[in-house]
Amino acid sequence: MSIAEPPPVQNGHVGRSMKRKEDPRLITGRGAYTDDLVLPGLLHAAIVRSPEAHAKIVSIDTEAAKAIPGVQAVLTAADLGLAAGLPMAWVPPGVTVNTPEHYPLAKDTVKHVGDAVAVVVGDDRYAVVDAAEHVLVEYEPLPVVIDPEKALEEGSALVHEEFGTNKVHEWSLGGGDLEAGFAEADLIVERRVENHRISGAPIEPRAVVADYKSGNLQIWSSTQVPHFLRLFLAIMLGQSEEKIRVIAPDVGGGFGAKLQIYAEEPLMAVCSKVTGRPVKWVETRSEHMQVSHHGRDQVATVRLGVKRDGSITAIHSKIIADLGAYMFLLTPSIPSLGAFVMSGCYKIPAVQTDITGVFTNKCATDAIRGAGRPEATHMIETIMDQAADELGMDRLELRRKNFIPKEDFPATTALGIVYDSGDYHGSLDKLLEHFDYEAFKREQAEALEKGKHLGVGFSTYTEICGLAPSRVTGPSGFGLQTGLWESSMVRVHITGAVTIYTGASPHGQGVESSFAQIAADRFGIEPEQVEVIHGDTQTGPQGLGTYGSRSLSVGGEAMVRAVDKVTSKIKKIVAHQLEAAPEDIELQDGRFAVKGSPDKGMTLAEASGEAYIPENLPEGMEPGLEESAFYDPANFVFPFGAHACIVEVDAETGKVDIVRYVAVDDCGPAINPMIIDGQVHGGIAQAIGQALYERIHYDEQGQLVTGTFVDYALPSAADVPSFETDRTETPSTTTSMGVKGVGEAGTIAASPAILNAVVDALRPLGVTYLQMPLSPMRVWEEIQKAQGGGGASDDPGKQGGTYDAHGQGGGGSGPARPNQGELA
Amino acid sequence: MIPIEFDYKAPTTLEEAFEALREGGEDAKILAGGHSLVPLMKLRLAAPTVLIDLRKVAGLDGIQRENGTFRIGAMTKHYAVSQETGLGLAALASSTIADPQVRYRGTLGGSLAHGDPASDMLAIFLAMEGSVSIMGANGVREVAASDFFEDYLTTAVAEGEILTEIRLPAMDGYGFGYEKFNRRQEDWAMVAVGSLVKKAADGSCEDVRVGLTHMAGTPLRATAVEEALRGKPLDAASIAAAAELAAEGTNPPADLNASAEYKKHLARVLCRRTLEQAAA
Repeated sequence: MSIAEPPPVQNGHVGRSMKRKEDPRLITGRGAYTDDLVLPGLLHAAIVRSPEAHAKIVSIDTEAAKAIPGVQAVLTAADLGLAAGLPMAWVPPGVTVNTPEHYPLAKDTVKHVGDAVAVVVGDDRYAVVDAAEHVLVEYEPLPVVIDPEKALEEGSALVHEEFGTNKVHEWSLGGGDLEAGFAEADLIVERRVENHRISGAPIEPRAVVADYKSGNLQIWSSTQVPHFLRLFLAIMLGQSEEKIRVIAPDVGGGFGAKLQIYAEEPLMAVCSKVTGRPVKWVETRSEHMQVSHHGRDQVATVRLGVKRDGSITAIHSKIIADLGAYMFLLTPSIPSLGAFVMSGCYKIPAVQTDITGVFTNKCATDAIRGAGRPEATHMIETIMDQAADELGMDRLELRRKNFIPKEDFPATTALGIVYDSGDYHGSLDKLLEHFDYEAFKREQAEALEKGKHLGVGFSTYTEICGLAPSRVTGPSGFGLQTGLWESSMVRVHITGAVTIYTGASPHGQGVESSFAQIAADRFGIEPEQVEVIHGDTQTGPQGLGTYGSRSLSVGGEAMVRAVDKVTSKIKKIVAHQLEAAPEDIELQDGRFAVKGSPDKGMTLAEASGEAYIPENLPEGMEPGLEESAFYDPANFVFPFGAHACIVEVDAETGKVDIVRYVAVDDCGPAINPMIIDGQVHGGIAQAIGQALYERIHYDEQGQLVTGTFVDYALPSAADVPSFETDRTETPSTTTSMGVKGVGEAGTIAASPAILNAVVDALRPLGVTYLQMPLSPMRVWEEIQKAQGGGGASDDPGKQGGTYDAHGQGGGGSGPARPNQGELA
Repeated sequence: MIPIEFDYKAPTTLEEAFEALREGGEDAKILAGGHSLVPLMKLRLAAPTVLIDLRKVAGLDGIQRENGTFRIGAMTKHYAVSQETGLGLAALASSTIADPQVRYRGTLGGSLAHGDPASDMLAIFLAMEGSVSIMGANGVREVAASDFFEDYLTTAVAEGEILTEIRLPAMDGYGFGYEKFNRRQEDWAMVAVGSLVKKAADGSCEDVRVGLTHMAGTPLRATAVEEALRGKPLDAASIAAAAELAAEGTNPPADLNASAEYKKHLARVLCRRTLEQAAA
């Protein structure tokens, strides 16, 4: 539900909630996903996976499996013959990242439950799944490392003996004088902030079909990054890149879990090469939970220095990141993405983030929707509430006191990051138009008298997205071994129809619609006449894919540049035909016409007719109407907003009910408000999932306890509220359209609003702080502890403290319990 | 997500079903709605060699009231039970089972015969003091609810037998309440409590029944609560005092989301709430 829909833009498609062009095929079952693909002679593959979290492979006996009727091949690591293992693409200058070999099939040890050991290929899926059970693997168990904090202790068992430590890397980002900042503070609030492990859990699990013929590989994969996949397949297979075609057909959600180069991709290529037939592998949900990378899993100690008037003097986050057993494509870099916005939307003179990555015997973590930024926002926005409480100051007053003011933009933070645009007071004002805070406080007090515990939590956030610009993110900057531009090719056909190729690889973002709306406005045609093609490395220009809320703000900007090249040529053609100057031609009522004489003009179809039947083109002009553009922005984009979550907590049972959720987001001018609403809804739902329900949990033996949707509590529509959304529109100064990304904003913003709301509801019972996930039992136990009763978990006081900045020398750990006492 | 190979039979009469059961031997399984068995098969936690699907067998579906008793065919869907308002507590509890897909496919007989103590209808059947007809090679036997649940996933339905009918008393004059505690709407109960209360003319408690879900390997009656409340005034104080006994004699299985202690606490809270609803 949207509170306020702006009126449709007159004579324009941009800004309208046009129904998505993708949806008719997707909702009538006519989408074509990788698993739908049937090729002549298609074989099927099943993977034999480790039931052990850490073990030496003593032997693998494939004979029994090979003897099963219908089995064509059983391969182990020794059979693959790859030129390279799976990639890790982050090499931060001056930082050592311990990166173990990661081969698609384990060579001599398995490092987590689900680690692939062998692959069975056969005539049908039933045969290979049965045969996989007959591959006999003898394991010799090794000590298991599960707790990332214990993993760093002297004498811990090791995940990878060769490094002599479980530490993957250390990475820091800081700016301003931290010591001076904390020295200046009247109060230092310190909290332990846990951000537990989650799964991306797209509706469509992964799937791969590989077809090797005549030395050429064609591969279909449910991926967000077809071009990266082609590059890395070339490297792993030792094959020239142009002989590989990667297709990402309809992809049923990714949430970052498909921003990866997975073992099954080179494996299926090898299986096809070995058998001489196309081979398909489709991930089961159980496999997805085990081996498709997880997200989050950070424990942070966050310190915030504040003066008695509420001004923040410093923030310091020390993060221990559980990265799992292998370094996947971007694994160690993900926590760092949060460091770039560790000061949130506040003016903080000193900001520091120190990250320690740790190996454990778990699946790797990597980018899951928000990727580092939900964690950072959770730290900032929970400690803001904690600080407000310690200061005896209203939570919103503390936020307003520290907002970077509108007139400061573009604003350079202490980290040297330039926030392109923002109006944080504006979005909070808009939020409070929908949510009457003062009335709520009265309602809350009245409810409490009746024994009902209502609470409100806020999150005022900004994030960094539109992943690019290459000179910041690239090898000599942040250290990603790639550029992060985007590309587009625009072809106007002789009839005036338009085909747009984009290097973005959408999988639910509605790019086929929003791009068509933009192009239609610039060509004076209808979006129905614009076809947006994506996800095929053979048909379009080189691209980089969809992640980091970049499709529109990077890919869309590339498209606009290609479109503008075409319209510039059209103007020359029209000017030539009408004997006018090209600079006098502009789009008027669907025609490229002479300024001031709208009757003198040509439609796109008329102009393209001239371009393709070139009897009368300007001297030296090439025929045709087709242009491409590559775009590498000068900066990121920084969406922002203000969210409010209203909860009722059943204090007897600990159950949290979200009564209302109001979100005001600003991603610049809206191209398609309905798509923005959808992204915000889904993003918040995913954050609610993390805050209240979902958790990837391994036991002490490294067994995945939450390996199905019975135990991994992914919420359904019945478990989330109706969302109330609204927008402010503050144009980005980075992008020509002013647009910013919105795909991750909801997820980045929402979890602290939920947590803060629950704490607010339970303060009358003495609960002052909580950790996610806020499962009923955890909430109940915390209430029991606060009431002086039983409860099984640790004292919340161990989670941090508050202390007189000067009395304790400004450092060290705080007292055992949060201190409600005097300020210095 | 692919089960081990199995045969499938869909007999049209009970005679054929029994023959298929005999032929199938110990690894044959009766298939009703399939919403408990099939997921277990897909995870390869159950591996029957033959499924005997009762959906084509006539006469196993439907609800009839005869005098003070509802006769419910074993293949009657949860949805149909939920729509029969005369069933009171049973209808209410049915309406909360999992999600619409499960309610439209899952059956009362299948649920009872499966004997999962986390599913809704077992404790309701127990509290209502229903009974079932179980048919075997030697005819039909009737088993009371109190004798039906033997152990975790084990009921009085023996190998070679088929549960054909459930009988639930109409419970005229009883108020009722049902509270299920779970994390998500569609989840099995972490704990659930169903209560039935009959008021005497003076407003005191003439009769009370309390069924507990997922507080042991089988569904339970909260007999201590019932004894404490029977004959007492139905005021808040006596209800609260009785509900405090809800966890007596229970042995709840703990999991990641709920310790035994927490479940016992929940049982007491939910018991009080359902008694209040039932007495209202």
